[in-house]
Amino acid sequence: MSTEKNTQEILTDFEVRSLDTVCINESTQQHPWWYNFKYLAVGILFGIVFVKAEIISWFRMQEMFRFQSFHMYGVIGTAVVVGAISIALIKKFKVKTIHGEEIHFTPKKFNKGQIIGGLIFGLGWALTGACPGPIFAQIGMGITVMIVVLLSAIAGTWVYGYFRDRLPH
Amino acid sequence: MKEFLQQPWPWYVAGALIGLIVPALLILGNKHFGISANLRHACAACFPSNINFFKYDWKKESWNLFFVGGILIGALIAALGLPDPNPIVVNPDLVNELNTYGINDYSSMVPQQLVSWDSLFTARGLIMMVGGGFLVGFGSRYAGGCTSGHAIMGLSNLQWPSLVATCCFMAGGFLMANLILPLIMKL
Repeated sequence: MSTEKNTQEILTDFEVRSLDTVCINESTQQHPWWYNFKYLAVGILFGIVFVKAEIISWFRMQEMFRFQSFHMYGVIGTAVVVGAISIALIKKFKVKTIHGEEIHFTPKKFNKGQIIGGLIFGLGWALTGACPGPIFAQIGMGITVMIVVLLSAIAGTWVYGYFRDRLPH
Repeated sequence: MKEFLQQPWPWYVAGALIGLIVPALLILGNKHFGISANLRHACAACFPSNINFFKYDWKKESWNLFFVGGILIGALIAALGLPDPNPIVVNPDLVNELNTYGINDYSSMVPQQLVSWDSLFTARGLIMMVGGGFLVGFGSRYAGGCTSGHAIMGLSNLQWPSLVATCCFMAGGFLMANLILPLIMKL
């Protein structure tokens, strides 16, 4: 009985990791909790950019989905180019983390969720005019009603988790 | 200098800075850029309800909660410290279209006539905020990531499943903005 339980836990962990690579924390090092403040600092910079470049604007999203403005295509395109060059350099020069750890990448596996879930996400993105990051930024800049959107998004995530085994992947 | 920073930043500045978040998180601690994972961590922390998908050590991922906490603070700093005094400039075609739905307030990042506590209890406000939020949460987890995890991190790492996901994000968005949203606006 206990062996079966263990196997199930391992399988779950494998599923979590293989289907959901954004959740993988590759670092095996243990640090005091306050080390996390470095991520807070990166987040602050990101939040400022979000607001100042109007990436969190409902109007900019509507323009993007109607081909009425280049702005968002420019932002995402530039981000991907800069990100891709950075990752290529990290791989080429085997750059290590500031704690001397090797940097890992995990390939994303294809499953039907990327199509079905992707379409569902796109519908929600154009409707709320915000993907998950901007929701946090909008709350931060004082659009408090976005807390409702955030709670609803958490509910959506929970419902997905609940029905996950019955959904096509 | 302050006036210069107060005006809307161009796409190439914003895009480059967002792109640099990818190596910053990797070099600071082997972390992969992906924001929607936090919605899952919230479920794992608050309502795991014995669902396997939410049974994992979310505390190990708490860095990401610090990261979104930073986004919240950064947005507050930008709104208070570097406010743009001018209304948002929007394509005239969109202005005309929104006018037909009775939306003409450009003072905020969101249309106040749609996204506000007052409109939460109208049919279109409820669909937009509660319905839209639900689709974002459900869809991003089903797809295994959102704009940050797939469109930026995944594409930067040349992962073709992320390209599939990104194309589907856009397809869903086109469908909503051009065909479904006009119907919701008429409610």
